[in-house]
Amino acid sequence: MKMNKRTFLAGTAAAMALSAGGMARAASHGEKLKVGFVYVGPVGDGGWTYEHDQGRKAVEAEFGDMVETTYVENVPEGPDAERVMTQMALGGAKLIFTTSFGYMDQTINVAKKFPDVKFEHATGYKTAENVGTYSARFYEGRAVQGTIAGHMTQSNKIGYIGSYPIPEVIRGINSAYIHAKKVNPDVEFKIVWAFTWFDPAKEADAAKVLIEQGCDVVLQHTDSTAPQAAAEAAGNVYTFGQASDMAEFAPKPRISSIIDNWAPYYIEQTRAVMEGTWKSEMTWDGIGAGMVGIGEITDAVPAEVKAEALALKDAIASGEYHPFTGPLKKQDGSDWLAEGETADDGTLAGMNFYVEGLEGEIPQ
Amino acid sequence: MDLSAINPVLLIASLMVAATPILLAGIGELVVERAGVLNLGVEGMMITGAICGFAIAVNTGSPFAGFVAAAVGGAALSLLFALLTQVALANQVASGLALTLFGLGLSSLLGQGYVGIKPPATGRLEIPVLSDLPFVGRILFGHDLMVYFGIAVVAVVWAFLKFTRAGLILRAVGESHDAAHALGYKVKRVRVMAIMFGGACAGLGGAYISLVRVPQWTEGMTAGAGWIALALVVFASWKPWRVLLGAYLFGGVTVLQLNLQAAGLAIPVEYLSMSPYLITILVLVIMSADKSRAPASLGRIFHASQ
Repeated sequence: MKMNKRTFLAGTAAAMALSAGGMARAASHGEKLKVGFVYVGPVGDGGWTYEHDQGRKAVEAEFGDMVETTYVENVPEGPDAERVMTQMALGGAKLIFTTSFGYMDQTINVAKKFPDVKFEHATGYKTAENVGTYSARFYEGRAVQGTIAGHMTQSNKIGYIGSYPIPEVIRGINSAYIHAKKVNPDVEFKIVWAFTWFDPAKEADAAKVLIEQGCDVVLQHTDSTAPQAAAEAAGNVYTFGQASDMAEFAPKPRISSIIDNWAPYYIEQTRAVMEGTWKSEMTWDGIGAGMVGIGEITDAVPAEVKAEALALKDAIASGEYHPFTGPLKKQDGSDWLAEGETADDGTLAGMNFYVEGLEGEIPQ
Repeated sequence: MDLSAINPVLLIASLMVAATPILLAGIGELVVERAGVLNLGVEGMMITGAICGFAIAVNTGSPFAGFVAAAVGGAALSLLFALLTQVALANQVASGLALTLFGLGLSSLLGQGYVGIKPPATGRLEIPVLSDLPFVGRILFGHDLMVYFGIAVVAVVWAFLKFTRAGLILRAVGESHDAAHALGYKVKRVRVMAIMFGGACAGLGGAYISLVRVPQWTEGMTAGAGWIALALVVFASWKPWRVLLGAYLFGGVTVLQLNLQAAGLAIPVEYLSMSPYLITILVLVIMSADKSRAPASLGRIFHASQ
């Protein structure tokens, strides 16, 4: 018995040595650029992480043998993320995309230790010499969503499932509310914070609760399609795809969607690193640049509402209209934007207040 | 704040739904632990059950077949754990953790083709007259069968452990496997059977999430429910009815806090959000102030020669 174990161990060691040698050979062979991706959810979530992974695949398709991509999914936003990033950098990745807001400090920390590795952090606001940030102006899509939602609600109650109270989510709530209110002055928002990006059971519960309390349109800022399924089961409730098209729930309950399109950006940044032209930047693109897409508005939406929504989309895309245009007040009644004034990016990036008319407090 | 927006009937009805997955997984793990085995793979068995049940329900069109498949799938995965810990005498904690990781990976592999598909609807119990009773009708008689099945399993496990000879043997194995062995009981056989029962229950709990509560397949969809079930068993001090109480408390506060948020209650959301964990633990810890303790052989490896 013991003898067996020893020979087994020796065999494993030999096998490991062999495979290590093989890997070393492969590494010295080509000049592949290694690109790492850190995901907060599973690639099969059908939402946020799914779209980032589509971007990763686009990078592979674009550069073929010149790149090698790796990814780690389901990485919690905490110390674990730092470990995963360190591992990637040690594994030879020269460009690492960290794709969730909660990786912000971890990205900065790890970037300090690996000055020759470039980091790209999604939706954050901290940069460094070798850390750039990128985000999409989802709030532009939320404006279109809010317009449709305001028209579609019969009960005048719109539910909103928030993930975490961070500026990105708060911007979305404000933008959706402003535009729903514009077309329907009686509209009221019920906001539930799930404190998770991805937990289908909890998201389903949140959607059910909102529906039970009379909401007939449910917007979500969480990553799974569970709220869509809950809305479908409930019957006369409308939803919007979040981050991904979620077209499997069209034409009802899903009547439109916000689609994140990261592929062009990922390709561009990978090329910049290859050519040595990469710089730390804060990229923030919207509908105009194609980073935010509006999914097909289905026939469940009346034609004139659809036309109005598409006109708004075009106006935003051309830069003619800004979703945060005054006059706007903050929730406490103080003035924020004067007539015709538009919000500057600094305020939007750190947005931590509701606009006038929204009820409830933002968890701090 | 508008508390009248909360409908108590719907609240109670939905808490029973929210509690069923952890109730099923918890009662299964309770039996396993009473037999002296600590299986930390509940999460892995739940998610495996979730995809097995989902796949079979979609392919056959029958939710019932789905649930059967989920139980079989969970039990099959738990056999791997039984093999490691009862035959190879591996460390139970490590094997259980490995089982969770394995189950998560296996399920996402099996689930590749099932993303975005809708499962057949699981029917609700409709009893004429009774289901239409005001208030109690919807709460007591308006659920899918699995909700009642969960409660029935708790009752059966309780009666089994308390009144039957087989239950006594199982407890003896969990308290002192050496003594049980000396008396001629088959320690390993009892434990393997307990482990498989636990796996089947966890599988059912997982399938309840993918077929009824959510209902769809998404990778990693159990999102920690297995760990909550594990904690529930400990805080319930290994007593069946307390697992039921704990599961309903946890499910109840989870649903209630979402309701309070939607109604705009002026309590900071952070407190509401942590309340299910806090309240459940608090109540169960207070209740376990009596002399209940863990099965004496819990987590210890048994080999007949020692």
